[in-house]
Amino acid sequence: MSQPFRTEKGGRINRTEQLTFTFDGEELQGHQGDTLASALLANGVHLVGRSFKYHRPRGIVTSGSEEPNALVGIYRHGDQTPNLRATQVELYQGLEAISQNRFPSLGFDVGAVNDLLSPLFPAGFYYKTFMWPKAFWDRVYEPVIRAAAGLGKPPKTPDQDTYGNIYAHCDVLIAGSGPAGLAAALAASETGAKVILCDEQSEFGGSLLSEVSASIDGKDPSEWIAETINKLEQMDNVTLLPRTTAFGYFAHNYLALAERVTEHLPNPDPKLPRERLWQVRAKEVVIASGAIERPMIFPENDRPGIMLAEAGRTYLNRYGVKVGHKVLVAAACDTAWQTAFDLADHGVEVAGIVDLRETPPENLMAIAKARGIRVEAGCMVTGTLGRKRVKAALLGRMMTSGNVASGGQISCDALLMSGGWTPTVSLYSQSRGKVVWDSDKGAYIPGASVQRERSAGASKGLYGLQEVLEDGYAAGEEAAKAAIGKSAKVSYATATGGEAGTGGTLGALPHDRNASRVKAFVDYQNDVTAKDVKLAVREGMQSIEHIKRYTTTGMATDQGRLSNMNALQIASDSLDRPVTDVGLTTFRLPYTPTTFGLFAGVARGDYFDPVRKTPSHDWVVENGGVFEDVGQWKRTWYFPKNGEDMHAAVARECKTVRESVGLFDASTLGKIEVVGPDAAEFLERLYTNPWKKLAPGRCRYGLLLNDAGFITDDGVIGRLAEDRFHVTTTTGGAPSVFATMEDYLQTEWPELDVWITSTTEQYAVAALQGPKARDVLAPFMEGVDLSADALPHMSVKEATFCGVPCRLFRISFTGELGFEINVSRRHGKMMWETLAKEIEKFGGTAYGTESMHVLRAEKGYIIVGQDTDGTVTPQDAGMSWAIGKKKADFVGKRGLDRPDLVADNRKQFVGLLTKDPKVKLEEGAQITTAENPAIGTPADGHVTSSYFSPALDRSIALAIVKNGHALEGKTLYVPMPDGSIPVEVTGPVFYDKEGARLNV
Amino acid sequence: MSDLMASDLITPDAGEPPLLSINEVSILKAAPLTRLSLRLREASLKAAGSAFGVDLPVLPLSSATADKRAALWMGPDEWTLFAPENTSQSVVSDIEGKLGAEPHSLVDVSERSEAIIVSGQRAAWLLNTGIFVDFSIDTFPVGTVSRTIFHKSPVMVWRIGDEAFVVEAWVSFMDYVSGLLVQSASELSAA
Repeated sequence: MSQPFRTEKGGRINRTEQLTFTFDGEELQGHQGDTLASALLANGVHLVGRSFKYHRPRGIVTSGSEEPNALVGIYRHGDQTPNLRATQVELYQGLEAISQNRFPSLGFDVGAVNDLLSPLFPAGFYYKTFMWPKAFWDRVYEPVIRAAAGLGKPPKTPDQDTYGNIYAHCDVLIAGSGPAGLAAALAASETGAKVILCDEQSEFGGSLLSEVSASIDGKDPSEWIAETINKLEQMDNVTLLPRTTAFGYFAHNYLALAERVTEHLPNPDPKLPRERLWQVRAKEVVIASGAIERPMIFPENDRPGIMLAEAGRTYLNRYGVKVGHKVLVAAACDTAWQTAFDLADHGVEVAGIVDLRETPPENLMAIAKARGIRVEAGCMVTGTLGRKRVKAALLGRMMTSGNVASGGQISCDALLMSGGWTPTVSLYSQSRGKVVWDSDKGAYIPGASVQRERSAGASKGLYGLQEVLEDGYAAGEEAAKAAIGKSAKVSYATATGGEAGTGGTLGALPHDRNASRVKAFVDYQNDVTAKDVKLAVREGMQSIEHIKRYTTTGMATDQGRLSNMNALQIASDSLDRPVTDVGLTTFRLPYTPTTFGLFAGVARGDYFDPVRKTPSHDWVVENGGVFEDVGQWKRTWYFPKNGEDMHAAVARECKTVRESVGLFDASTLGKIEVVGPDAAEFLERLYTNPWKKLAPGRCRYGLLLNDAGFITDDGVIGRLAEDRFHVTTTTGGAPSVFATMEDYLQTEWPELDVWITSTTEQYAVAALQGPKARDVLAPFMEGVDLSADALPHMSVKEATFCGVPCRLFRISFTGELGFEINVSRRHGKMMWETLAKEIEKFGGTAYGTESMHVLRAEKGYIIVGQDTDGTVTPQDAGMSWAIGKKKADFVGKRGLDRPDLVADNRKQFVGLLTKDPKVKLEEGAQITTAENPAIGTPADGHVTSSYFSPALDRSIALAIVKNGHALEGKTLYVPMPDGSIPVEVTGPVFYDKEGARLNV
Repeated sequence: MSDLMASDLITPDAGEPPLLSINEVSILKAAPLTRLSLRLREASLKAAGSAFGVDLPVLPLSSATADKRAALWMGPDEWTLFAPENTSQSVVSDIEGKLGAEPHSLVDVSERSEAIIVSGQRAAWLLNTGIFVDFSIDTFPVGTVSRTIFHKSPVMVWRIGDEAFVVEAWVSFMDYVSGLLVQSASELSAA
């Protein structure tokens, strides 16, 4: 038989559907319904990985998402996804899995030498060892540690899967579908409340999926599950989400769920996302996350074949897999006995039940006796033999002296252990709830609710099936009532069997071995032993938060769900303080490891961010323009012709604008329509400049400061009518200027009768700049006299362009005669193409942002955000002229009077000319007074803009320099790796200082 | 499309092929429209409403419609007015004429946005792939309108039927919005 550990019958697998898969290249068989873990166990494979630090052989320990050891890589699309838990990987035909953290092979791993050297690697080893010499950290220690650290290998190719997202709202979200979750769903859905039921497993039912000895309403648990799910499926108000982990619980009952959509399919349709992120706002939440079993801490408790008892039961009853042919059960509680009984009923030899308790319950003893199972009471496992698979267990017997005496050894090929149960309080903890210690249960359970949630069933320490069902129904009723104010009577199902057991133990078991030589693991995944926790205490760690970080216990992917309670007890014993004094670490999201892809969602490739295009975009593409990203906008950077490089293209564009005419797309500039009787008053209060006397039809440059007095935006503002202004802002500043205006209107000046409306995208804007601009424009305009007298520099007029209404501005950002034509957006393409054709007659050119930058720099016009950095005042920028001297107030006026803003030594805006005209400075380069300043000398300023100027046939630069305005004519230095560059300080205006070219 | 509440105003653009057309959901470009942004004080509500032909709604997230007219509540003093294409001038002069010197702001934003019509059985689901609003019919009944966010783009959503929504975005965001909607709908036609 190809699966020697498969049972004859039973389980939820589909025995008629055989699947082939590979593990480290070896071909194996399994069934539909298996997980990778159950299929491996069916084939007798326990050894599935090597441990993190000591490279010890490790096997499957659990059957759930808390699995610490069985982390595997799964191949898809020719690449592997690392660190998936074999207990969660559903088997499909052709699945390819590999083990991790071994070299050259799982069976022979050279890293295992660490295990022999382990006396050299105590807790805190890195902290103690890699302290000195200090310089070794970067070059030696860190690279070596990094190379040795980590489990699994990251994928090499880009993620070929897609990831979905869905926002959902519900009245009641139920996390977990065991008996409590299902009962809650039945009760809540009956009221008509919108219910979402999610479970991380492939099937609903939780612990009931492996329960065969109990019954509900006289039915097998599996039958009850099927009926329940069938009922829920038919209700419109219920959403069922299997394979969906509630991994994050945030404020205001906002939860994040990860749905695995295609991971379990052999050949999923590529149209389906691999995973879907559910972002759910739930009025009420029921946490039914159950409980997980605790390992027992005895020496060599990590050998392959040593598992949790309930996992052994799950593999048997749910998957039809025997974890061994001769199984020893070691326990401190009743529930593990049922596993032994179930195994015996399937004909598995039970080597014995070793119970820590002197007197286990009579009824269990009787059942064991009836099945002929050997029972050793008052006994514990003190060690195990077998390297890649457990071969035997050493037993110890507790003496009245308190010492442990050897109790011989029992051979076995699997050892199932149970130290008792730990409620899963992760989601409750994430909801900011504080757990409380229940000494009767020996567990932390949820305390008061901080958000609108309640825990139900085993997650709050209730274990008997009947009790759990009742609690689930009650939680569902209560949640629905709280959410929608309705109640409905549902008849509670009644369970027989599945009683809560007694017993349980915390911490390390006593033994008769040499404590300094043996390893009893507390945290499997991080290779933390009981010895390590004790050492941490000896070295002064008293809080679990310190012990956790010193030893790394509880820092594995299960966040300590398996290990925390044992570690706490060991620390508590070592400190001789109650366990509650040691503290408890906080559970954080994600509940289980979650893919990056899920968080990235659709934000990748073309949809990483909106790409905003202007109406000239298509024309630019056709004409070979090169784009640059300006915020979300695509703006044309330059238009290379005949193989020009950028430098040549920009030189030609600039020259053409100065000599003839250029066409520029200014559509991205922010536009805000300010309308109302108080419009001028509003602008008067907001901008530094005076506005009240600006006549309709005229424009003014506006400067906007923040309260501190620093420049935050600028733009030309045109007055269209007494009560209507057309404000322009920088491209990047548009949203913040709009928000600032709205903020002041709503909070400071609600009495003003003025409103703002964003019109950025209402208009397409073409800028015509250059001495021929008027000639180009004239044939298309009607209703306006373009002459210098009728339409002088800084004026605005409503007219038509090619018969289309437009707002025509006569303004300039180049220092040349200039017009900006605003037409409604849908005519933008027509306008651009009309003008692009027309300028050809004049030898004109379209130009991009780079030439725009050069042309304005030649004129010393600042660009907010490039020449300013949020610490530049109008005075610093040499723009005191923009401040209305007679104005009583404006935003930033008081800030400008601050002592530090009027003090000497402010950095000021200047021009720089390199002594060598061919040398172009680096933008951002530092400026110093000394030619070769000593290292550590503070800079006096930095270069903000630097270009080659075609008009001047030399390099030019703008900069902010300490006391710059007083330094005109002086020489400063720009130290660079190749030597210092001498520069002369000048005024910022390099070209047409008188402005004669503007007023033509 | 016959059951649309405002079907006389929001119509598919006949010249444009559907962006998406499957059984569960379709996405159609809407024909051009006059869009006006109206801001005013409470005292002018009545006058503005009678000039426009629809009483301005005052309930948050609500809308009011009449023949060839729709007024959408955008904020306590802000409405978006819809009217047929090419009626912009007459609507503006009606309102300006009526309001006269009463403080207000009326700005033509017809070209600022584009609209798509997302309709079908899975329309709400599709919108919820990027919008966090609860679109269940009790919470977001027909006529509800909201400015919100679709992934990283501002949008306005107006429910015009049980299974029909108008989604508006500023023009330069529309490729992003409609493109992502089409992409997200692709799983609906998975085998």
